[in-house]
Amino acid sequence: MTTPNLTIDLCGIKLSNPTVLPSGFLGTSKSLLKRVADNGAGAATIKSVSFEPREGHKNPTVIPFEAGLLNAVGYSNPGAEETAREFANIKDVSIPVIASIIGTKTDDFVRVVDKLSANGFSAIELPLSCPHTPGFGLLAGQGTPESTKEIVSAVRKATELPIFVKLSPNIPEIGNLAKAAEDAGANAITAVNTLGPGMIINIEARKPVLSYRVGGVSGQALRPIATRCVYDIFESVKIPIIGTGGISTGRHAIEMIMAGATAIGVGTGIYERGIDIFRKICLEMETWMSENNFNSIDEMIGIAHE
Amino acid sequence: MSEGFEQPVMMKIDKIINESDDTKSFMFRHNLDYKPGQFIMVWLPGIDEKPFAVSYSGDDFFGITVLERGNFTKLMHNMSVGEQLGIRGPFGHGFSIPADNIKDGSGNACVIGGGCGMASLTVLIERLQDNNITILNGATTKATLLFKNRYKDITIFTDDGSEGIKGYPTDALEDLHKENSYNIIYTCGPEIMMSKVYEFCKKHNIQCEASLERYMKCGIGICGQCVCDGQMVCKDGPVFDSQALSSMSDFGNYSLLKSGQRVSLKEYGEWRGC
Repeated sequence: MTTPNLTIDLCGIKLSNPTVLPSGFLGTSKSLLKRVADNGAGAATIKSVSFEPREGHKNPTVIPFEAGLLNAVGYSNPGAEETAREFANIKDVSIPVIASIIGTKTDDFVRVVDKLSANGFSAIELPLSCPHTPGFGLLAGQGTPESTKEIVSAVRKATELPIFVKLSPNIPEIGNLAKAAEDAGANAITAVNTLGPGMIINIEARKPVLSYRVGGVSGQALRPIATRCVYDIFESVKIPIIGTGGISTGRHAIEMIMAGATAIGVGTGIYERGIDIFRKICLEMETWMSENNFNSIDEMIGIAHE
Repeated sequence: MSEGFEQPVMMKIDKIINESDDTKSFMFRHNLDYKPGQFIMVWLPGIDEKPFAVSYSGDDFFGITVLERGNFTKLMHNMSVGEQLGIRGPFGHGFSIPADNIKDGSGNACVIGGGCGMASLTVLIERLQDNNITILNGATTKATLLFKNRYKDITIFTDDGSEGIKGYPTDALEDLHKENSYNIIYTCGPEIMMSKVYEFCKKHNIQCEASLERYMKCGIGICGQCVCDGQMVCKDGPVFDSQALSSMSDFGNYSLLKSGQRVSLKEYGEWRGC
């Protein structure tokens, strides 16, 4: 039997396999993206960039727990200009690289897109769904259909690149929100951002561990919710979905693809299994697909709906 | 996954040692599974969290050595015995405990510390104490010298000549190497000094291991804040060997500010206040 084909076409972008590094993990420098590529990722996303530099929240910003990670990094980033410099000639990285862009006002997104226009990114991602940074995402009301439409429409006018919209799992009717993004010109949906916010208290210290007190939940705790979100979105839109949330094995990846994802995000799993998790997941997918007579990813997308 | 504590564990300060005018060590009663060169994250609840090397390590205790230089370390210096700090870790990749020929005493090792970098080398020195090692300890001035009485064979250097030899430990390397022909040199201190040590080792074909400092956030190899040319200082380091250092063009040159902006080490140093 031939080795299954893991390649995918994500709104015109060719990926050698469906694994994608999500924003906020390792995406601080071109050198780390190269390393992620060397470890088998199909695509990678840079750490979210705002127009002005941001220091983010104080430490602790990331804390592991039994079923994943709790984080409130607070969108630290060096700003659009410095990001354009750090990721100059991004095509030097052997895999497609997605630019994650944040803003407090609609115009901010457009200004960042303009600054990064010459870098050679393969797509723009708009995380309108962060649960723990004042002025951004959910805390700025960006997770409503109206705001999503306004921001996506404005960015649509500013770039020819595919636009991915990253949604929160907190939204009850996530399919409607995905539809609003699709109608406004989004080319793919990234589902989902972290859940929450949540809190972990150290009982001896009698204080929340994260300096920001609350943070987004990722990892195993999020996975069944993420899978359900992808399942719902698949019923509502025609554009592809990047299923993200707690995937750390080939089986998890296939489950997410069967729910409707074309590509899958792998972030918290890096902590559990190391930076070579991308290669590990691909090998596990190949093995399972061979044993179960699947030849390509396409054959599995959304089959849990049939 | 990391060994040790994933979340901070509150530990009582058992003892405080005044090491110099501006430096104190904080001792804890706990057997930490610690390899020389690793670090722990120290949490002041509701305030902040910072990485520190373990500078004392025994069967039922460990300690960290803290230079007062900002708000966090000032708060630590104001703490008393019996008060609690949060500890998570240890994290990272430490020093390699050396090749057989150094263990059996037929090879030679040199340990070079600069300023508060000495705190990252003490546990290593103690693991190597039965071997023929040279210890070089440099500081800007007498008042900031650390651990000068902790070892009987230690050569002191101060920039101003207020104690020991006037100048830098790196000035003495050429002569010392002629005498001892080192197999390995370990270093921790200002990066400009470590970069000189690395260059010296390269020229003389000596194995070098340097412990790097970068601003850290997660401490567990996922956020990318402490990146140095594709290497995560918190997980792949903080100790890197000659081979890794040779591919790190940021080593001796650049570091990331808290925002992630990549700046010269000079600008980084001014921000960190060291």
